[in-house]
Amino acid sequence: MLEIKNLSARIGDKEILRGVTLSVPDGEIHAIMGPNGAGKSTLSYVLSGRDGYEVTGGEAIYNGQDILALTPEARAAAGIFLAFQYPVELPGVGNANFMRTALNAVKRARGEAELDAVAFLKLARAALKKLSMQDDMLKRNVNVGFSGGEKKRNEVLQMALLQPGLAILDETDSGLDIDALKIVAEGVNALRSETFSALVITHYQRLLDYIVPDKVHVLAAGKIVRSGGPELALELEARGYAGLEAA
Amino acid sequence: MSASIETRDTVEALAADKYKYGFTTDIAMEEFPKGLNEDIVRLISAKKNEPEWLLAWRLKAFTLWQKLEEPVWAHIKHPPIVYNELYYYAAPSGPAPKSLDEVDPELLNMYEKLGIPLSERAALAGVAVDAVFDSVSVATTFRETLAKSGVIFCPISEAVREHPELVRKYLGSVVPIGDNFFAALNSAVFSDGSFVYIPKGVRCPMELSTYFRINARNTGQFERTLIIAEEGASVSYLEGCTAPQRDENQLHAAVVELVALDDAKIKYSTVQNWYPGDADGKGGIYNFVTKRGACRGRNSKISWTQVETGSAITWKYPSCVLQGDGSVGEFYSVALTHNHQQADTGTKMIHIGKNTTSTIISKGISAGHSNNTYRGLVKILPQASGARNYTQCDSLLIGDQCGAHTVPYIESRNASAKVEHEATTSKIAEDQLFYCRSRGLSEEDAVGLIVNGFCKDVLKELPMEFAVEAQKLLAVSLEGSVG
Ligand SMILES: Nc1ncnc2c1ncn2[C@@H]1O[C@H](COP(=O)(O)OP(=O)(O)OP(=O)(O)O)[C@@H](O)[C@H]1O
Ligand SMILES: [Mg+2]
Repeated sequence: MLEIKNLSARIGDKEILRGVTLSVPDGEIHAIMGPNGAGKSTLSYVLSGRDGYEVTGGEAIYNGQDILALTPEARAAAGIFLAFQYPVELPGVGNANFMRTALNAVKRARGEAELDAVAFLKLARAALKKLSMQDDMLKRNVNVGFSGGEKKRNEVLQMALLQPGLAILDETDSGLDIDALKIVAEGVNALRSETFSALVITHYQRLLDYIVPDKVHVLAAGKIVRSGGPELALELEARGYAGLEAA
Repeated sequence: MSASIETRDTVEALAADKYKYGFTTDIAMEEFPKGLNEDIVRLISAKKNEPEWLLAWRLKAFTLWQKLEEPVWAHIKHPPIVYNELYYYAAPSGPAPKSLDEVDPELLNMYEKLGIPLSERAALAGVAVDAVFDSVSVATTFRETLAKSGVIFCPISEAVREHPELVRKYLGSVVPIGDNFFAALNSAVFSDGSFVYIPKGVRCPMELSTYFRINARNTGQFERTLIIAEEGASVSYLEGCTAPQRDENQLHAAVVELVALDDAKIKYSTVQNWYPGDADGKGGIYNFVTKRGACRGRNSKISWTQVETGSAITWKYPSCVLQGDGSVGEFYSVALTHNHQQADTGTKMIHIGKNTTSTIISKGISAGHSNNTYRGLVKILPQASGARNYTQCDSLLIGDQCGAHTVPYIESRNASAKVEHEATTSKIAEDQLFYCRSRGLSEEDAVGLIVNGFCKDVLKELPMEFAVEAQKLLAVSLEGSVG
């Protein structure tokens, strides 16, 4: 269960989040929509602990734990995963090596046994296959020279391997062709369980045809201005965000 | 934020015991009186039962050294070295061991602790090791196996006795005794080191490796390595180095000479991890080393790969003299400095023969208050038509208290030569660190991963057995650099 209460945050002296309140019970997937610059990515960074974002008020509790006090890596160990809107390139760092290092770091933090290279490769190949990705993605350097769609799929691959309890997907659908969109949606749906929840940030109702959310929230000017069921996304698709900011 | 303070504390705790090779070994030693004069040079020579010609050679070097000045052009700073306060010879006392069974168990233990088992049963598969402790070689493994293919791998002091014609022919032929201040010093007082001879047409059947260890206090280590690859021969050689953690600075002034004849190949790799001094810059090794290879034969090749993470000061320019037509010189380097370390390192590629090519890939990483300089010379002589050089120098900065400098000298006197130079300076980006940490990596591991990625083009040149070690070493050497 993720509970965000009255969360405010700023970058430098620019106020971005102005009291976000939101809860995502275990087993549920919530969509967050909202205009450009509303603070959606900022919310995802604040929840995953990026430096430079100063929390000025409120709290974020995940499974009873105050996550705002934790380092990013401790949040990852607690089961939080962020699929980046703009995945970062790591020159010279092999994708397989990166993912195995990450998986083992998380396993170590959780007191689980680490995977050797062979066991990891087996796991990774199976995950790749499910996501219709080529094996050579494992050999390439992390996100270097990846197409926009490949980068997004690579985020979903990492998610599949890390098996988070809470996934935050920041516009993972942007830049995907229709087949890739379905594959990514399947990747998320495959994780659905009683102990998994997700925040799916998107601009397009289309994604929500494949990942059917339990709730849809609209974030505008740093606040949740409306919440509803999946039908809210359809309404936004038809009418846009006009008039919502004032609400 | 409290979280980042916590990280810093853990990081500092880690940094305190990061140099795991800092222990000393308690063993009965024989030392000569401190200071340097003609008598000491004679004493060293006599101790080793050297022939007259070598004593004369040493004395000539000593005379030259007295006239030379310590070089001042490098971007390094240190209090003056008082050469008369140093000891120039230290060795485990008693007669020299004739076989591994006779080596003091305390010494075998020490190498075991360093991860260099000297018993041939436990040894790294396919790697022959020569172990040099302070001034002398204490053990060389797999000598018989090597002898079967005609390869000579032994302490240089032994080579002087057993193969005088080879030593006499090549010693000082690449680095002349008066080449520079430190080379002259080494020539006068060198104590031991490794000798390698690969006969015509032989591909050395195993990786050769020398492990250098400074143990005694206030003692300089002056090793001398000579590698000769005859026509069509090839060899891969690796050296590793460590020293105890001491408050005083210790001097290490080695000379390495390589000779490659027609079609011969020599690959020389170094993982240098001398004690770097503590976080405040106290103690550590002064590493003033002259390394040079001569590609004498047509189509010969000499390749230097170095991973330099240790030493308080590194002054080192492994070079290639490309005499043979079509010969190839390579220099792959990672130099990492942290805390108050200083490195001024690079290479010289001297193109003399026609169609000679050289490649320089240098990766400098600076953290803490350190200073890291790449200094390289590419010189193309008028007769070197068709010569080619490609140089790439990348610097990575961690924090804002450190410095990175690139000093390339290019002298081309042949119009048909092609020289390319690329250089970049970057910082570890915040988004890269955050990306890794959001996946569960600690800040330290994230830095280690990014730095290893940065160095990949060099690390992949190392022999497999050592690449993994080198990667760990880079990560460990950076502990405490962030947070
Ligand atoms: N590092 C920064 N410095 C200053 N302002 C920033 C910084 N990062 C974000 N902002 C500002 O914060 C606001 C919210 O940005 P954010 O990226 O969270 O929006 P978003 O809702 O994700 O938008 P989009 O839909 O375009 O991705 C924007 O006005 C943006 O310009
Ligand atoms: Mg965004």
